[in-house]
Amino acid sequence: MIGTANTWGIIGKSSMLRLVLARFFAIGSFLIGIFAIGLFAIGWSFATPLHAADSDPVETLESLETDRNMRVFEPESPNSTTIAEVTYLLIGIQAVIFLLVGIPLCIILCRYRHRKADDGIEPPQVYGSNPIEVAWTVGPAITVFVIFLVTTRSIYEIRAAPAPPEAVHVRVVGHQWWWEYEYLEKNESGYTSLFTTANEMRVPLSEEGTPRPVYLDLESADVMHSFWVPQLAGKTDLIPGRVNHMWFQPEHAGWYTGQCAEYCGTQHAHMWLRVKAENKEDFDKWVANERKDAVTDPTVAAGRTLFLTNACVNCHTIKGTPARGQVGPDLTHLMTRKTLASGIIPNTKKYLLQWLRDPDSIKPGCNMPQMKLTDDDYNKILDYLLTLK
Amino acid sequence: MASIDTPSTPKDSTTVPLITRLHGWVISVDHKRIGIMYLLMSFLFLILGGVQGLFIRMQLWGPNGTVVDADTYNQLFTMHGTTMIFFVLMPMLGGFANFVVPLMIGARDVAFPRLNAMGFWLSFFGGCVLYYSHLGAEGLYGAASAPDIGWFAYAPLTSPAFSRGNATDYWILGTTLTGVGAISLAVNMVATIFTMRAPGMRLTKMPLYVLLFLVDAILILLVFPPFAAAQFMLLLDRFLGAHFFDPQVGGSALLWQHLFWFFGHPEVYILALPAFAVISEVIPVFSRKVIFGYLSMAAATIAIGFISCGVWAHHMFTVGLSDTLDTFFAGATMLVAIPTGIKIFNWVATMYGGRLRLQTPMLYALGFLTLFLFGGLTGIMLASPPFDWQASDSAFLVGHFHYTLVGGILFAFLAGFYYWYPKMFGRMMSERLGIIQFAFTYIGFNALFIPMHIVGMLGMPRRIYTYTDPSWTIWNQISTIGAFMMAIGLLLFLYNFFSSLRHGKIAGDDPWDAWTLEWNTTSPPPCYNFKEIPTVRSRRPLWDLKHPDDPDWKHE
Repeated sequence: MIGTANTWGIIGKSSMLRLVLARFFAIGSFLIGIFAIGLFAIGWSFATPLHAADSDPVETLESLETDRNMRVFEPESPNSTTIAEVTYLLIGIQAVIFLLVGIPLCIILCRYRHRKADDGIEPPQVYGSNPIEVAWTVGPAITVFVIFLVTTRSIYEIRAAPAPPEAVHVRVVGHQWWWEYEYLEKNESGYTSLFTTANEMRVPLSEEGTPRPVYLDLESADVMHSFWVPQLAGKTDLIPGRVNHMWFQPEHAGWYTGQCAEYCGTQHAHMWLRVKAENKEDFDKWVANERKDAVTDPTVAAGRTLFLTNACVNCHTIKGTPARGQVGPDLTHLMTRKTLASGIIPNTKKYLLQWLRDPDSIKPGCNMPQMKLTDDDYNKILDYLLTLK
Repeated sequence: MASIDTPSTPKDSTTVPLITRLHGWVISVDHKRIGIMYLLMSFLFLILGGVQGLFIRMQLWGPNGTVVDADTYNQLFTMHGTTMIFFVLMPMLGGFANFVVPLMIGARDVAFPRLNAMGFWLSFFGGCVLYYSHLGAEGLYGAASAPDIGWFAYAPLTSPAFSRGNATDYWILGTTLTGVGAISLAVNMVATIFTMRAPGMRLTKMPLYVLLFLVDAILILLVFPPFAAAQFMLLLDRFLGAHFFDPQVGGSALLWQHLFWFFGHPEVYILALPAFAVISEVIPVFSRKVIFGYLSMAAATIAIGFISCGVWAHHMFTVGLSDTLDTFFAGATMLVAIPTGIKIFNWVATMYGGRLRLQTPMLYALGFLTLFLFGGLTGIMLASPPFDWQASDSAFLVGHFHYTLVGGILFAFLAGFYYWYPKMFGRMMSERLGIIQFAFTYIGFNALFIPMHIVGMLGMPRRIYTYTDPSWTIWNQISTIGAFMMAIGLLLFLYNFFSSLRHGKIAGDDPWDAWTLEWNTTSPPPCYNFKEIPTVRSRRPLWDLKHPDDPDWKHE
């Protein structure tokens, strides 16, 4: 049983709506595609060019939350600049290909629509053409080869960069949901640990002729995380049982922001990164301070005793005291940090107290327990912590 | 009584009680009924997965969203991804494979009808097991009530220490069951296509649709067993104290990624090849021209099948593989662009010089072409590791793969629904509703996913339940509006689908004036498909019948 030669009529070709809409959307679909590429361009130009802020921006919760810059196309380091350049090239090539297919398709859609006069007539059947098919096999092959060469060159350019003598080495350990930084010193026998801090990384700026890139050894204490500060470098995962490496070299002073980029559980969204690039003198001053033991202020002895006799010590380290816990962030110089809870609240008296009393109200599901102390005890511990400069 | 001999549409359906008719479907081993049941299953889960997606979009409407909490959000994106891949797109694949392939090769059923039914019910119950986690996964106090591990479930987040309760186990069992269903589907397809073709239909005379499903089934057979193995290793880790993926006692967290993506990447092509198959039927019929370059299309398909098994580590450029491996997998991934390019060029060439009928199936096919092209091009960008180091796990990546999985594959399947609906039910779907639905779906889709590319380049990671950056807000809001537009589009589709069962115009046997064998029987086809098994001489047997003066076999 065979259908009649043309049963196109039963679909209702008289419907004006169908004809108008069909043409509108079929042709308009391509315009939307091209519009999409336009949106790309607009999206990037919307991003006002700004360097990392020079001042310390994190005095209030609002400024901390809004003063972030994670834009891939505002690179501030040689490797992220290389990536941005590769990306511009890739977008250019893809846009050209999109138009090379799209414009002919648009023309075909207009030129070869079925018209009433065509009823019952079939167009000439073309079964293929070897030269044409070879052409559009070889053409893409060459394009792909070019992209492949550019890609390979930039992979090696970024990955194979050797560490100069002044490089800073930091061991980064990912935790649910915060970052541990152990600054390392390179010597003949390998690396020795200088000090440990958390959540805010400080790095020195390079000077003419003295590059001071930062080399990271990435590890994880629990699940997978990913270190991503888009202005400084592409992301690299932190995987338990494995040491990964990456580097960056900030070009301007200021704060750079990022966040964990590999899903790592409940509070994945609140595992922020802050990197402060500052000049060498400030950096050295900070390092010298970080290497010291915690100050012992006799006026807050009560708070200190409370801290040391409660479960706080199970998780936190304060150098120069018996507190040696390895689970939570090192608190030795807590008050030199601008933020708390992996960068999501300002490190001020008000927020620190709220964090002590009820961590879940700030970061639901976090691993810091509510200690259930009296208000008086909380205030004493708070006073003690505020002296840890 | 209903039995395997019951025709697809009982003539006197009013006199047969509903329960008997339903029973007829449940016990059916008829490939057409199983195919339709696969499609209905995909609708059910499309609604569930779609609602989850809408909740995700509502939560991200603005900074510090409070629609859902962190745990719920994590469950939502895990269930959304798992549902859409395993319980929406896979059943659609199963539906189109089951309903169309046997008809197209002139067979009376698939090679193993009972295995076929088992495959469907396993897939369906796999979905039920996954969703039962909402009820049965409480386990330990405080544990999630649905899986919250992400659809690719990276170790060691799946270990008992980090995923308490039983939600993860429901996820493992649900996806494994549906995987076994997929394997039985593939066994059936391979056996059917190799042994049950109509006389004269040599392997080189098969319609492209059949060839693509053959390659697809072989891919399923290659990668679903390793997937099942990985899932059982994970179960052993969780219950019997094995340590495959536990780095603290010598296991490897990376091993899971290799095993998962060895399945996960070919899976993308397993879903894409059926989409290509539908498009390779729809574009020629609605352009009124034979497919341009059949042999290069066939070669490109087989090349895609091969290459797709060697590209999995492009999901792992950020895990710190060696430069050599990154380079290899980047190169292999970019190679896929060549056969895919051939396909797109050949489809466009098929339209060139044709008489394009812009009816609904063709509209969706055009939508597929534009969206899949866009997704493919961002795919080549992501194949370059330096760019991937920035874009991986960002919203850009989410935008990219939705362009391939939804813009590409779902649009192609929608074209397939409009195209084969008259064959399935004997009635046409409403053209008018179809066009309105296309407008909503197409515009909504672009509004939903284009902004994700932009916000990804502004640094927004995926899978975060909340954000504060004000420059991300506007793009997320456009996305959310697009999501609701698209939801309206898909609801219109479902309405059109079900209302046309009763109210659609009677289709006739061959409403599109098409060329493959399924249009040579009644709509809907009788249980035995063909009174007489047809003999074919070319890839377009009905063209030969309609144009005896200039048949295809003279040119092939």
